Amino acid sequence: MSDVAHAPAQPIAFKRNAREALADPQLRRNFRGAMDFLMDKRRSQFPDGDELERLRAFGNRVRARALSKLPELLERLDARLSRNGVKVHWAETVDEANAIVHRIVEQHAAKKIIKGKSMVSEEMEMNHYLGDRGVDCLESDMGEFIVQLRAEKPAHIIMPAIHLNAGQVAQLFHDKLEVDYTEDVDRLIQIGRETLRRNFFEADIGVSGVNFAIAETGTLLLVENEGNGRMSTTVPPVHIAVTGIEKVVENLRDVIPLLSLLTRSATGQAITTYVNMISGPRKADELDGPQEVHLVLLDNGRSQAFADGELRQTLNCIRCGACMNHCPVYTRIGGHAYGTVYPGPIGKIVTPHMLGLDATRDLPTASSMCGACGEVCPVKIPIPSLLRRLREEAVRAPAAAPQHVRGQGAKYSRKETMVWKAWRTLNTSPALYRAALYAGTRLRALMPAHIGPWTDHRSAPKPAARTLHELAREHLGDQ
Amino acid sequence: MNAKERILGKLRGSLQGTTPIVDDYDIELLNEPWRYPPAERVARLRQMLGAVHGESQLSSTTGWPMQVIEALAQRNIGELLIAPTTPHGQQFADFVARTGAPLRLKAYDRPVEEWKDELFFRTPASLTGTLGGIAATGSLVLWPTPQEPRLMSLVPPLHMALLKASEVLDNLYQFMHAHRWADGMPTNALLVSGPSKTADIQQTLAYGAHGPKELLVLILEDA
Repeated sequence: MSDVAHAPAQPIAFKRNAREALADPQLRRNFRGAMDFLMDKRRSQFPDGDELERLRAFGNRVRARALSKLPELLERLDARLSRNGVKVHWAETVDEANAIVHRIVEQHAAKKIIKGKSMVSEEMEMNHYLGDRGVDCLESDMGEFIVQLRAEKPAHIIMPAIHLNAGQVAQLFHDKLEVDYTEDVDRLIQIGRETLRRNFFEADIGVSGVNFAIAETGTLLLVENEGNGRMSTTVPPVHIAVTGIEKVVENLRDVIPLLSLLTRSATGQAITTYVNMISGPRKADELDGPQEVHLVLLDNGRSQAFADGELRQTLNCIRCGACMNHCPVYTRIGGHAYGTVYPGPIGKIVTPHMLGLDATRDLPTASSMCGACGEVCPVKIPIPSLLRRLREEAVRAPAAAPQHVRGQGAKYSRKETMVWKAWRTLNTSPALYRAALYAGTRLRALMPAHIGPWTDHRSAPKPAARTLHELAREHLGDQ
Repeated sequence: MNAKERILGKLRGSLQGTTPIVDDYDIELLNEPWRYPPAERVARLRQMLGAVHGESQLSSTTGWPMQVIEALAQRNIGELLIAPTTPHGQQFADFVARTGAPLRLKAYDRPVEEWKDELFFRTPASLTGTLGGIAATGSLVLWPTPQEPRLMSLVPPLHMALLKASEVLDNLYQFMHAHRWADGMPTNALLVSGPSKTADIQQTLAYGAHGPKELLVLILEDA
């Protein structure tokens, strides 16, 4: 196989990852096709531009309102869920969250876990953590299952195996599942169905994510098309849901606009096949459903984003993936090059809070600032402004107060700071400015032909023979 | 201090001096674009359902058992999972007994642990009721009960559902409001819009992922 998986990429090596991805024509074709498909699907769901804009504004207000009383709503959610019989756990870090899950696993002497799709569990690297402790975690979303068979990470938050084509999946199933080679997608899905069905049946614990956690009723809402989410949350005797602390909404009715925005923006569907609302474990007289339901609420840097009024908007995100589908950078380099759980524009603004700016220093600048992500975001996160803000945080002096983002000053350079200071002095002192321009135009022959990376793909700029001021003065003098 | 107190402490500190945003919920936006004349609601639901491979048939309170039997016969299915203590389960069992239809009825009348293997591997079809339907998105609303458990609508490859035409409302807002969901939710409530599907391989849509491969909705026009 030409595309064997290698070790997961790291965000610190973003530039090298991006160069490698750009040199892979198969990958670029797969992403181009997939992104065009998803953009068309979304467009077809919003024929009425006014409705879309009003709905986006509404979605933004619902999320902003939830965040404006987040601590209160989290406490209400905890109380309601507890009253419904759900055990609620809180974790500041991924290590704490993994330890909580592991404790539950040990209590039940569980050996086998089946997972619905959960990006927070990816954030936790739960499969790896539990795998090291002798517990098998099997992904059951078809895309996640494929990615897991290849020992890769998801390339997209909604469509994990979007970087592969049917031929690549056919080869994978042939190699790993020992079935006849077929590129027939219906047949491939049936192979996945048969393989996973027994696992739903045998699993000791089911793990899922959460799309919206409703404080009012103590309800966990999950959307999906495959039925694996319902299987994972209904069949095993124990269900563990893991989610970020920002996923809470105030009232049940608040999910109506968000649900509409989510499914239409993500996959261009009026609604997903299943909207699964879970409010508790199996009651004494019920015949199925898990005996125990747990919810793990994870912080992992979210409270840092929350602390700043501007950066807080990052937490509006409902994880639809529209920003990546419309991103010219993501489309060209794919999801793996970012080396982060959340790729694309949303990944670039959320990951610095999780890993620190030092580990993600190149992400805020991996953007052409075209603004497409901000325009399509269903909850109106101003992603380009937040990227600019993170760029600023990355070049502020490391010790400067107040500290907003861990890893502040990761790209700070004394030399660059001095250059900008000189630039400011030059531009705020007219005499100095004129003298510098005069020198620049008269000495233009001394301009070097090579000036760093700028001239790798461009010719060097050459100053004009005379300054604009001189030309203007001459022009006005003629009148 | 435990993790909960530390997280809440941080969040509260960050909100100091701010006031919560008031709820200016826009009912009109969620309702007006998604309203249908009463006579068109069922047609809209069927059209939306059909677009995602959900099959539907018009039926009546007395005619549906025969349609169920015909649908099973067409597919060469000889057994059906029912909820025997529900009114529709009872009606269907009576119908089968009376007509002597060659069909083996299976009752979901014991905890899943006692017959998991049979449910997963030897139960080709199921019949359930619904709480209602939503025209805007072509969705069934399922509200599983002790009598009619959750897995009935998920595990068998063919799921047949009865829907009363009078219980089809325009949109989710109306449904939630009319049924006062905010007052209390059951263990599990579901919106189901078509058979299970996936486009995870090269964006090619395939039906019958992990849930039912087929969804057949019988709409009772006189109920």
